[in-house]
Amino acid sequence: MLMNKKRKNDDLLTMKNIHIAGGKDEIIHGIDLTLKRGEVLGLIGESGAGKSTLGLAAMGYIRSGCAVTEGSIVFDGMDLLTMNASARRKLWGTRIAYVAQSSAASFNPAHTLIRQFTEVPLQHGIAGKARAEKKAVKLYDRLNLPHPEEIGRRYPHQVSGGQLQRAMVAMAMAADPDIIIFDEPTTALDVTTQIEVLAAIRDVIRDKNTAAIYISHDLAVVAQMADRIMVLKDGNLVEEGEAEMLLDEPKESYTQELISVRLNHARPRKGEKGGETILKVDSVTAGYKKGERVLKNISLHVGKRRTVAVVGESGSGKSTLARVITGLLPPTKGRIRFGDDLLKPKTSQRNRETLRRLQMIYQMPDVAVNPCHTLLQIIGRPLSFYFGMEKEAIEARVRELLTMVELPESYINRYPSELSGGEKQRVCIARALAAKPDLIICDEVTSALDPLVAESVLKLLQRLQNELGVSYLFITHDLTTVKAIADEVVVMFKGRIVEQGPRSEVLTPPHHAYTEKLLASVPEMDTDWLDNYLEGSVA
Amino acid sequence: MNQLVNFLKRMPLSALFGLVVILLNLGVFCLAPAIAPFGETEVVGDVWLPMSTIHLLGTDHIGRDMFTRIVYGARNTIGVALLITFIAFFSGTILGLAAATMKGWVDQVLGRIVDIVMAFPPLIFALMVLSVMGSSTTVLVVVLSLLDCTRVFRLVRAVAMDVEVMPYVEAARLRGEGFWWVMRREILPNTMPPLIAEFGMRFCFVFLFISALSFLGLGFQPPAADWGSMVRENAGAITFGIPAALWPASVIALLTIGVNLVVDWLLNLQSKSAH
Repeated sequence: MLMNKKRKNDDLLTMKNIHIAGGKDEIIHGIDLTLKRGEVLGLIGESGAGKSTLGLAAMGYIRSGCAVTEGSIVFDGMDLLTMNASARRKLWGTRIAYVAQSSAASFNPAHTLIRQFTEVPLQHGIAGKARAEKKAVKLYDRLNLPHPEEIGRRYPHQVSGGQLQRAMVAMAMAADPDIIIFDEPTTALDVTTQIEVLAAIRDVIRDKNTAAIYISHDLAVVAQMADRIMVLKDGNLVEEGEAEMLLDEPKESYTQELISVRLNHARPRKGEKGGETILKVDSVTAGYKKGERVLKNISLHVGKRRTVAVVGESGSGKSTLARVITGLLPPTKGRIRFGDDLLKPKTSQRNRETLRRLQMIYQMPDVAVNPCHTLLQIIGRPLSFYFGMEKEAIEARVRELLTMVELPESYINRYPSELSGGEKQRVCIARALAAKPDLIICDEVTSALDPLVAESVLKLLQRLQNELGVSYLFITHDLTTVKAIADEVVVMFKGRIVEQGPRSEVLTPPHHAYTEKLLASVPEMDTDWLDNYLEGSVA
Repeated sequence: MNQLVNFLKRMPLSALFGLVVILLNLGVFCLAPAIAPFGETEVVGDVWLPMSTIHLLGTDHIGRDMFTRIVYGARNTIGVALLITFIAFFSGTILGLAAATMKGWVDQVLGRIVDIVMAFPPLIFALMVLSVMGSSTTVLVVVLSLLDCTRVFRLVRAVAMDVEVMPYVEAARLRGEGFWWVMRREILPNTMPPLIAEFGMRFCFVFLFISALSFLGLGFQPPAADWGSMVRENAGAITFGIPAALWPASVIALLTIGVNLVVDWLLNLQSKSAH
């Protein structure tokens, strides 16, 4: 077995001319894929590109409702498509393993981590309970989990997201598989946690010389992990190459676009500084329970026509700040000025005019619009509600707003389910604009979108700011977004503001220690970035 | 018209069957006097006559025409069951939505009242009230609506709670929308699908419950025709090999199955469109 593994340069997995169809539509249109022993292959593309379908097919697993219509999948001399189901199932877990995006959903909440770890070795009769548990502890240690001897006794909800993801990796490695398929394992984590998980994954698979397929929509992350990268789009292979080569000299325009999204930081300054203040948050403290302080003494102000970005990892209190400003969570201390008035603490106490001037755009466009209403109803409601407009006037204005957010007017009678994620976000923007607000709070508006779509939404927001003069309070954990859009940056950590100021000041050294960490944690388009980062943090 | 034909063609056979049963029953419900060959309480012949061309399903224990009784029975039983289901849904939905939207003490008070009503086994509760208040149709409707309203309340509240936390509801609140709008326009449309399915099921339950009460002698009072009491009145005949009791029993079964088939199909459609 060991000898086998050491033998490089022989193809462990070969997929030839794979066509996969779901119902009548073809999802994958003929892709070849080979994986050598010990090699890490990155699959990249936006959602709907067929990455996950292809990744799952690599283990001979086809989602229900889909079927391989053409092609072959050969793993270590065995044809995965023609072999019988029980033989194939024996391979899963022991020789081919899978790590899913959401480990929280993949673990059974009723069993301890270690019990779920030992399931595979016990089921397949590879090792007894004691040996399997010993191995678990070793792997936990290898993956830098705290207290490796004890952590296995915990239940999934008792460890953090990053730890759970690592426990998931450990579980996948329980039977020393030849291939592990990682399906966006760090997408749900924030930047600082992502690094720990990435480093742990990479070390372990290098150590054991395991081959891996790493699926992600984030090219910068894949660049850290993969020897070779395949770029997919709409079920077709766009480009394939060694990781470094692909990043340095992308041949296809789509790949170039993917790379340039990350590099496109610069934004022309709008000249005048200061100016009129729209929103002034004055030493606000707030919490959900009595005595709890999620926000501690927060002060910030947003000028007219300006964009203030609030940055921080999850749990830093960014979204709570938005809830306090919108009046969903009354502050326990402090005051908020909006324009010339003092904001009342609760939404229900504020008058219609105040509410109109303060609008919000949400993180998940899918659930931010009522699925039972048409776009006309969604965007038209603020018009009749705030301005008392008549039917014809509303329709005309909704058409205008649709054009403004670059959606076709013909969408007016569609339901949200007939739009894509990016289009839905544009609808949310149109709904906010319908109220003619002075300030729009954008809560992670791009984090649920693919990089290219997110980029276009950001551009739209910038254009609208230039045309209409609205201000944005931009809540995000993504520093790329900050670099792209913010005039001023507020860095939050554990409910406090640790640094704030104009973008150029905050983003150029010297930084506050936390800002430094946050900035350094954003993966860059460089295959050596993770190594450099880890060396830097050790030194 | 073409669309309708196409739609019917695409329906599975079971749902089509259910639909036909329901339509047939509704037809009988509307046109009972025109269809029935005799009067509702008219004694037309001997006791428990066998089936013949004059008495399609024979006669009952005091010599009334069975077919006529079943036709009029449809009127009483289905009519009252529909009325009860509508009242239960109307009140249950409004209260459930109110509890989910307002939360706080409104939710607490309504929830506890419902708990108290639900703590009694429904049949015993109904028997108690009906024997104290007397078994008139009005009392029957009030008691059964109250009982079923609690089940609807529970369902609506649970579904609406899930909808209430959606960002689009928050967006409506931030817009400054009033309670009534949030409840009716934002939450209600998104709770509809399970409610429609529940409506069918609830109707069946109510309908069976009325039949059961009538069988016990506490539902419709003679001489009004109703399927449950018809089963009871003619049950004794079974021992003599006379099938009179089977006719009303089988129409009860048929309608219940029919409604359930259609509900199943609706649920299926809904889960498909959700994907």
